[in-house]
Amino acid sequence: MKKIFQKRFPPFLMFVMALWFFAKLQTPKDKDFAFTEFGQLPVTANGRIVPLDSVARNSLLEIREKQTLNTEPWKAWNENPKIISATEWLANMMMNPAVCDDWPAIRIDNPDLVSLLKLPDKDAAKKSDGKHYSWNQLQPSLATFDKENERVQKKEAASRTAYENAIAKMHQRLSLYTQLRNAVQPADAQDWPAELAAFEQMIPAGVAAAQAQQAGKEYDKTVFTTFIGYVQQFQFMANLEPPLILPPNGAREWRRMGDALLDAPRANGVDIDDGVRAYAKMAGALAANQPEEFNSALRDLRSLLVASQPKALAKARAEVFFNQMEPFYNAMVIYVLAGLLACFSWFNLSSTLRRASVWLIALAFVIHTIGLVYRMVLEGRPPVTNLYSSAIFIGWGAVLLGLILEKFHKNGIGAVVASGIGFITLIIAHHLALEGDTMEMMRAVLDTNFWLATHVVAVTVGYASTFVAGFLALIYIMRGMFTKTLDEATGKSLARMIYGIVCFATLFSFVGTVLGGIWADQSWGRFWGWDPKENGALIIVLWNALILHLRWGGLIRERGLVNCAIFGNVVTAWSWFGVNMLGIGLHSYGFTEAAFKWLVLFVVSQLGFIALGLLPAKLWKSFKVRMA
Amino acid sequence: MKKIVEFFTSLKLTVVLLAFAIVLVFIGTIAQADEGLYGAQAHYFKQWLVVGANFFGHKIPLLLPGGYLIGTLLLVNLVASHIYRFELSTKKLGIQLAHAGVIVLLVGQLSTDLLSRELQMHFNEGETRNYSDSATDYELIFLNGNEVTAIPEKLLRAGDQMKIESLPFTISVKQHWHNSDLNFRAPMMQNAPPLTTNGIAVNFDFLKVDNVKAMDQRNVPTVVVEFLTPSGSLGTWVASDWAGDATLVVAVRNGYAQMGAAMAQKIATQLAAPQTIDVGGKKFTFTLRPARVIHPFSLTLLKATHTTYPGTDIPKDFRSRVRIDNAQTGEKREVEISMNHPLRYGGYTYYQYQMDAGQVAEQAGRTPSSVLSVVRNPGWLTPYIGCAMVGIGLVIQFMFHLVGFVSKTKKK
Repeated sequence: MKKIFQKRFPPFLMFVMALWFFAKLQTPKDKDFAFTEFGQLPVTANGRIVPLDSVARNSLLEIREKQTLNTEPWKAWNENPKIISATEWLANMMMNPAVCDDWPAIRIDNPDLVSLLKLPDKDAAKKSDGKHYSWNQLQPSLATFDKENERVQKKEAASRTAYENAIAKMHQRLSLYTQLRNAVQPADAQDWPAELAAFEQMIPAGVAAAQAQQAGKEYDKTVFTTFIGYVQQFQFMANLEPPLILPPNGAREWRRMGDALLDAPRANGVDIDDGVRAYAKMAGALAANQPEEFNSALRDLRSLLVASQPKALAKARAEVFFNQMEPFYNAMVIYVLAGLLACFSWFNLSSTLRRASVWLIALAFVIHTIGLVYRMVLEGRPPVTNLYSSAIFIGWGAVLLGLILEKFHKNGIGAVVASGIGFITLIIAHHLALEGDTMEMMRAVLDTNFWLATHVVAVTVGYASTFVAGFLALIYIMRGMFTKTLDEATGKSLARMIYGIVCFATLFSFVGTVLGGIWADQSWGRFWGWDPKENGALIIVLWNALILHLRWGGLIRERGLVNCAIFGNVVTAWSWFGVNMLGIGLHSYGFTEAAFKWLVLFVVSQLGFIALGLLPAKLWKSFKVRMA
Repeated sequence: MKKIVEFFTSLKLTVVLLAFAIVLVFIGTIAQADEGLYGAQAHYFKQWLVVGANFFGHKIPLLLPGGYLIGTLLLVNLVASHIYRFELSTKKLGIQLAHAGVIVLLVGQLSTDLLSRELQMHFNEGETRNYSDSATDYELIFLNGNEVTAIPEKLLRAGDQMKIESLPFTISVKQHWHNSDLNFRAPMMQNAPPLTTNGIAVNFDFLKVDNVKAMDQRNVPTVVVEFLTPSGSLGTWVASDWAGDATLVVAVRNGYAQMGAAMAQKIATQLAAPQTIDVGGKKFTFTLRPARVIHPFSLTLLKATHTTYPGTDIPKDFRSRVRIDNAQTGEKREVEISMNHPLRYGGYTYYQYQMDAGQVAEQAGRTPSSVLSVVRNPGWLTPYIGCAMVGIGLVIQFMFHLVGFVSKTKKK
């Protein structure tokens, strides 16, 4: 019985988790309004075709730091607060402000900002959780906010206080909010379909009045004023630069709603797009709570797209599926589970737990890989295109290395490395995703798949392997210092692993760095420019080379190697994130405020581990056992 | 002798140099925030000995070997060890190949540093250029008919007097500013006397400013010189690189527009007008301008294209379509230069550098223009070779380790 359990338990556990993952793939069924289908509509945002679902998720991430909206956040989880999908939120944002503006969708963390805006603290009776507020709640104190914001915007980002950062962040959130409110209709429209019809009807008279006014002739003042009122409103909508939601029509490319509305009078005659009409009909139906009408307007719009934009439609659908799958989040959950199992396996030395952990890592790795490849296909790019995807790829590479180590050593160490780094990097990616669209278009100089596939991938593999070596070294110190499990054989095998991985890291970081130089030579005519990111990569190469030479010269032994490998973590983290924070040079993309705090914390923790590693052997639990 | 050999071939030296290199690169990177890219390069990397450093806005006292010193010692260390420890065996093949690759890289970078030249070619659509300008070096030139005399800006030191054979006068340098700014002198409200009463100084004031730090900016030098002949002075003049600056001329014209188009045009023309001195019937026109390299062929900018992604300002593509006219070879062909696709021609490589085209230029009513970065680097192939050598060498070496390791594990 026990034997059967030992044999069957690991694959069984994997099977359960795989079922859990597949269950999450099911698209939620819409009850009345077809919001899921609405989310599959393609639009153009950030220069690429995206489904509204992605616009919704990315916007909600930016405004609320979550991909769903809890409309009753003051309720505890067991009181069943109402949670709605990002697309339902977006549909109401764009077309039904009367309802949406009461939802507590805007997150404010800073207590000073909460009190400045005279917002309620956490109080279930007042329907407030002290963190999330609605647009309407903010309105009374908006003037106060604007005054503070004006002051803060003049200040350099680097010298702002936490409170001032919160103001700047809030400003971004409110801008995005305003943008989306004006993406389909003027935000203050009471009955948009009726207003659109009225505008359409007055176009000829309005154009005539405007032309007469321009020519200095007699004109109808009432018509002129009303017409200019419309034009200014639409101009305002377009100037906010919301997503381009109207599909190409004839000679016109993707357009913003505001621009499309302005096109009508320009085109000499009444020529409102069918797309404009369909969106207006949806808006009317949503405001009047008529699901049937909404769904039929949605179908009209879809049939337009099926005829003219089959590719965009297919791409949008594929991306919605990807969003729904959340491969990296799900893989992260499984890595945590696997990591715990592997750690336990060290203590009772149960090979069943270790095997279960490996099976789970394999599953998570498959999901991770599917996500990585799916992203590549969606983008038509090699795996690493920005900081976000570098985190995903470093994790992927490290997990692969960890699995290979586990295959050879079968001692649970590779499993802990794989699940540990997999988890940490995916958490980092998760936080980087809060910055907005993670599949942004590549700037002109980066628009080359060849160099992205060679230089960037090689450098990133170099990062991943340096982290693996560092993580192995951390395991050495933790187990040696605090447990008795680091016997001589384990210690030696860990050191051998570290050495092997450092060799691997040297190769990839060197080749990657030099390829970067060659790319620079190809695009700017200089091989090496001492740019901060180049220097960061160079330091990794030099550090790895230094470790190898120290080892070859016998200047360091097992523990020296371990300490050096931990410092490799510091060097790599510096190159990955630190140099971006200097805010100078060609690679200074993706600076994040919070990241700085974490980087400092990480560096300090690593230095702490090195300090531990330098303590004399008698203070190490494992060495005491060995000596005894 | 033996001790010297031991010292230069020792692994300890390698380790110490690598450690110094790491510290230097780190400090040199941080310092860029304070000193700018070029400043930091000169202070830390293109330097034998580094004295003092900037660290997050603080000055710290320190003495470090500079980039040149570390590079040279590493090179000596590598070459010496290579000769000393060389042995022909498959086991050592990988490691030796890798180190030879590093030597190639170091030598290549040294040669690049000594031999490479970085120039720029600026043109508007429709314009033809048969020369490139230096991005960093300037020269004071005197034109007498077709005869050109050029004096590098570096030689013009305030207080110096210079006599050049081809020029019938002595140049006395009164002021030299490596970077300068200029102000329009509004008539009627001048509160300081002009620098001199000749030429452009009548309408413009020039003043010294700090050297630029950012990579995409450049210094604009100005000198104040007096020309002396045995029969007396020809007056004091200002020669400045501002004078030829096309965008500045446009800005001046717009700035003076309120005084009437004719007047504005006149002032703008004064800035662009050549300044000439007359010596015994010979006319010398002089300007301070970027040092020039004349090519035996010419490039004509046919079209500058700047596209962005729909609905955004994210640049998608920069592209210059140019025509090469080479009278020597009879070539006359069109070619496209874009980001990541340079033109290699006549010993130089032409890269797309800056561009003013597309919507932005259109709305401002400017003629589309393009700047190509023009580089001559005889050592450009060394990184390719070096990288391949190190890559292959390390792969061979680690394969030995890996095969050994795997077979050992298998035996267990």
